[in-house]
Amino acid sequence: MEIGLIVLATMLATLLGWLLKQSFNTQPWVAEAVDEASYQAPFNARPKLVALTTFLAVATSFFALILSAYSLRMELGDWIPLTEPQLLWVNTGVLVLASVAFQWTRNLAVSGRTSQIKPGLFLAGVLTVAFLVGQLIAWQQLNASGQYMTSNPSNAFFFLLTGIHALHILGGMYVWARATIKTLNGGDAVEVSHSIELCTIYWHFLLLVWLVLFGLMLST
Amino acid sequence: MPLAVVLILLVVGSLVFHVLSPWTFTPLASNWGLIDFTIDITFWVTGAVFVAVNLFMAYCVIKFRYKKDARATYEPENKKLETWLTALTAVGVAAMLTPGLFVWADFVNVPEDAHEVEAVGQQWHWSYRYPGDDGRFGEVDAERISADNPFGMDPDDPNGQDDVLVMHPEARLPINKPVKFLLRSKDVLHDFAIAQFRVKMDLVPGMETFLWLTPTELGRFELLCEELCGIAHHTMRGAVIVEEQDDFDAWLAAQATYSEINAQPAGNAAVGAAQYAVCAACHGQQGEGLAALNAPKIAGQDAWYMKRQLQNYKSGSRGAHPDDTFGKQMAPMAAMLLDDTAINNVIAHIQTFPDEPAPATIEGNVANGAKLYNICAYCHGAAGQGIQAMNAPRAAGMTDWYLARQLQNFKDGVRGAHPTDFYGFQMGLMANVLHDEQAINDLVAYINTL
Amino acid sequence: MGYVAIADRDHEIEHHDPQTFITKYVWSQDHKVIAIQYAGTAIFVGVIALILSAMMRLQLGFPDTFSFINPENYYQFITMHGMIMVIYLLTALFLGGFGNYLIPLMCGSRDMVFPYLNMLSYWVYLLSVIILLISFFVPGGSTGAGWTLYPPQAILPGTPGVEWGILLMLGSLAVFIVAFTMGGLNYVTTVLQARCRGMTLMRMPLSVWGIFIATILGLLAFPALLVSAIMMLLDKTIATSFFMPAISSMGVDPGHTGGSPILFQHLFWFFGHPEVYIVALPAFGIVSDLLSTHARKNIFGYRMMVWAIIAIGGLSFIVWAHHMYVSGMNPYFGFFFATTTLIIAVPTAIKVYNWVLTLWEGNIHLRVPMLFAIAFIFTFIHGGLTGLFLGNVTIDLPLSDTYFVVAHFHMVMGVSPVLVVFGAIYHWWPKITGRMYNETLGKWHFWMTFLGTYSIYLPMHYLGFAGVPRRYFAMGNTDFLPESAQTLNASITLSALFVAATQILFFVNVFWSLRKGPKADPNPWDATTLEWQTPDTPPKHGNWGHDLPECHRWAYDYSVPGYEDDFIPQNVPADVAPVGRDHGVEH
Repeated sequence: MEIGLIVLATMLATLLGWLLKQSFNTQPWVAEAVDEASYQAPFNARPKLVALTTFLAVATSFFALILSAYSLRMELGDWIPLTEPQLLWVNTGVLVLASVAFQWTRNLAVSGRTSQIKPGLFLAGVLTVAFLVGQLIAWQQLNASGQYMTSNPSNAFFFLLTGIHALHILGGMYVWARATIKTLNGGDAVEVSHSIELCTIYWHFLLLVWLVLFGLMLST
Repeated sequence: MPLAVVLILLVVGSLVFHVLSPWTFTPLASNWGLIDFTIDITFWVTGAVFVAVNLFMAYCVIKFRYKKDARATYEPENKKLETWLTALTAVGVAAMLTPGLFVWADFVNVPEDAHEVEAVGQQWHWSYRYPGDDGRFGEVDAERISADNPFGMDPDDPNGQDDVLVMHPEARLPINKPVKFLLRSKDVLHDFAIAQFRVKMDLVPGMETFLWLTPTELGRFELLCEELCGIAHHTMRGAVIVEEQDDFDAWLAAQATYSEINAQPAGNAAVGAAQYAVCAACHGQQGEGLAALNAPKIAGQDAWYMKRQLQNYKSGSRGAHPDDTFGKQMAPMAAMLLDDTAINNVIAHIQTFPDEPAPATIEGNVANGAKLYNICAYCHGAAGQGIQAMNAPRAAGMTDWYLARQLQNFKDGVRGAHPTDFYGFQMGLMANVLHDEQAINDLVAYINTL
Repeated sequence: MGYVAIADRDHEIEHHDPQTFITKYVWSQDHKVIAIQYAGTAIFVGVIALILSAMMRLQLGFPDTFSFINPENYYQFITMHGMIMVIYLLTALFLGGFGNYLIPLMCGSRDMVFPYLNMLSYWVYLLSVIILLISFFVPGGSTGAGWTLYPPQAILPGTPGVEWGILLMLGSLAVFIVAFTMGGLNYVTTVLQARCRGMTLMRMPLSVWGIFIATILGLLAFPALLVSAIMMLLDKTIATSFFMPAISSMGVDPGHTGGSPILFQHLFWFFGHPEVYIVALPAFGIVSDLLSTHARKNIFGYRMMVWAIIAIGGLSFIVWAHHMYVSGMNPYFGFFFATTTLIIAVPTAIKVYNWVLTLWEGNIHLRVPMLFAIAFIFTFIHGGLTGLFLGNVTIDLPLSDTYFVVAHFHMVMGVSPVLVVFGAIYHWWPKITGRMYNETLGKWHFWMTFLGTYSIYLPMHYLGFAGVPRRYFAMGNTDFLPESAQTLNASITLSALFVAATQILFFVNVFWSLRKGPKADPNPWDATTLEWQTPDTPPKHGNWGHDLPECHRWAYDYSVPGYEDDFIPQNVPADVAPVGRDHGVEH
């Protein structure tokens, strides 16, 4: 459980530290006139960004806990390391490119060049779908070579982790689809750029998660 | 005001209840007096806090109850008071925790000279293994477990040959000798708990857990499973008998080792045929049973079950109850089988009989019986075929009036009440689900259809 | 960059005025309606769970008397009772119900930040409840694995409901977690982003603090339950071996190898222990506000109270294995977890002291909500102190898995939060409905509930001392228990049935008040917090009319020297010195 604990402790410590900083030197019982400084907009950020950050914390906790389970289960006697399909390297590259495409699109959108974002947005979507298809093929390759989910706990974790990661990406694709439709329909530029910004953060997060998962699975 | 009075009365009442309660810890029978000591400290500390804080609160409710002209004081905080209270609490907590950690260190570190006993749990049964003369246990493996090898012993492991296998839920220990129980489960989580010994620990399939203690009192102590292990969790009982070293040694020497069990010859049906002549008078030439003589059908019954019942009759754990008219008739008959070899022989003969279903004589509501049978199916099998691993005999195709009578006997405590008849006790707890004769008849009528 | 009060930015808050009955009361995006939907559904399943507990008590008090109870459905009853009470009642009610109602009103916002998501959260919650209830009617019935759902037992044939019940249970939990996450994201974002001008974090009422921190705990802890539910589903459906070792179940080898049941317990309690505080922290917060309001005194040591909530929340993540002292985990963990567990007693004790010190030199109105609040302190002290027994690893050896545990967690996590729930409902009832409840009926309800529950759970501890194990369908004859233990069990059952029956008084009061209750004053308790300062009672959609409130002071300006009134609402400017009622309150 150490992994889960450390990740959670870090997140909690950040939050609690911030809360304490807010509260330590105040004397709340002293009534004061409202001035600009007494309003504490915490991150001076949009609510959707705060919500996304919070959700990323939840997802981090989720993945960290599976990894805790992974490390505990690994120590039991019957673990046989899985030889990951080489295809995963290609998939990783595709996902990195998807993230890059998103970053490019975001930079365009933020700097106000909304009219130029369509190619980047499409490219990000296509690359992400390619990643998902690649993962599916990797599953089939494993099954074809007789490596089923029930063959060994390391297999079970491989399918579980990749599956859950893919589900998260599918969830992101829903938001991507909405942003794309908005863009095609010539929606409000600010709104579109906000959506794309959030997507980009989410994609970077999932790339990071994938790199951690992939690294861990390779090394064990 | 009534609130304050009630609060005070509740505090006083709780104390009085605590002092007068006849429901408290069982007398200690092990070395774990330090656990009781830690509990005492905790009682004193928490009791003091309970009384002080609640009485103070009651006082506040009286003193500062609403008065029209009164006004509350304004005091956002009081750093000094809060610091003092925090410090005091920390001291109290430390006073409770420190002895706790020391005692736990004792519990974690098993004494070098502790002898080892393995307790094996399964749904819903206890059995035990002693390491034998070499003091070492043989290898076991869950994947080798079968009806013939209930412990999953490795037949080729020399360490296991002299292991003493105790197949029923009663273990024995010598007094004043530290013992380390190695705990193992065949199927699900269980928990090894004896109230008088204070310590308990879960049994976890796939791994071995342990606890240790030194029994300090002679006697028989009930063992309970205290981790939910399925529908008959509450029937998973056992016992540990603590006796003098000599008595223990004699008992242990009389138990069969793994190699002795394997070496036991199979029953000889031809020899058994001669002995069966006595049985045939009531149970019939082909073991078909004879209602007029109150003798049930025995052809087709599980061998292991008949063997256990014959042993029970012989030892008096069955057929000794004054109201068990027919059991009392059977007991002297069973006594004529001098030893296990004789029992095996006669059972071998019974197993040669053709197995014709006994005629149905009891009528009842089959649909209701089917519902009631849901519970029975867990052990006796959905087809009433009996499952040896569950210690549950066959019920389908056997004599129905006999089944009904036995269910009634279980309910009435005529059968299964003897302290060494663990399986009967289990069945008694389950038979209580049948609330009246009609329920029994419905159930038996359904079993007739299986 | 200048600060902008984000709650003023209406375009950020997707704002939809309801048009029809359906959009107003059914597919509503108004946090107040969603709160009532949440609370109503939670109380509905809570009543089912109460009935289940009455069935269990009938068997325990009078074994083998009732033909409709057998070991199979008994274990199904205990499982569903526990799961419903902990998750579907208390978690949903405190966060979905009170959280939804109080956060925007107390923070001075128009609504939750994402009203549509909020609505979705309720309907997904309802779906999880429906899946849960369906499991009663599938072949084999609901699962009887105990609310902890420990494998291997939960997915093996020795346990009822192994065919469908366990699948629906795990599925329902997964759906619930989705619903909770949607709601939780909303609560966190609203507290962080949508507070009105002047509502600094340290001016928030403790109710909001409790709900806020509890939500964060929930968001981080529920994933552990989700992980274990998914892995158990895979073990059950396609025979992976995450939790399942090689075993021989009823003489059959189900084909697993090498898994670890203890791994499940770690994951489960990594969620399960914070879950205790997900329920307790909102109760702590709410009770603080009730005490302060009805004692006409500021909450004693507000900052300490906030830090205690934060500290308890943080510590609650490193005590989980105190549920596993005798589980067979590495016994050396016992030292660490016993220490952390007893450390958590310190901030908890501080909270208790501060509640009691709030009463000190107050001017205490013993109205119904206050009675419940004070009774909460009493039961919580009791339940908290018995926790010091169980948290101390050594004492847990004899007491774990006995009725002492049952009595302890019911006192601390059943009775105490439920007393707060009732206190809170009575307290905010005039605001929620615009009508008063019947005080006399409320007092009867209080006395019977309080005294009744204490007479259930005080004696139950002593059954535990004597060694009566929990989750036993029947004890049968034993050597080590006095026969009077059964008499005690019967008396506990009678008390339990009595308490269950008296809850009718509550519902009578509710319906009486809705039909005939006198119209409520907008601020009947002279409370300072913003929800009592709304222009309309009950508050309309958008809560505040044209202008959002501004907050000028903390939530506890009661009996401030130099003011004639004994309370100053939070929206009264600092330089205004009101000399009588209705002064300075701007609307």
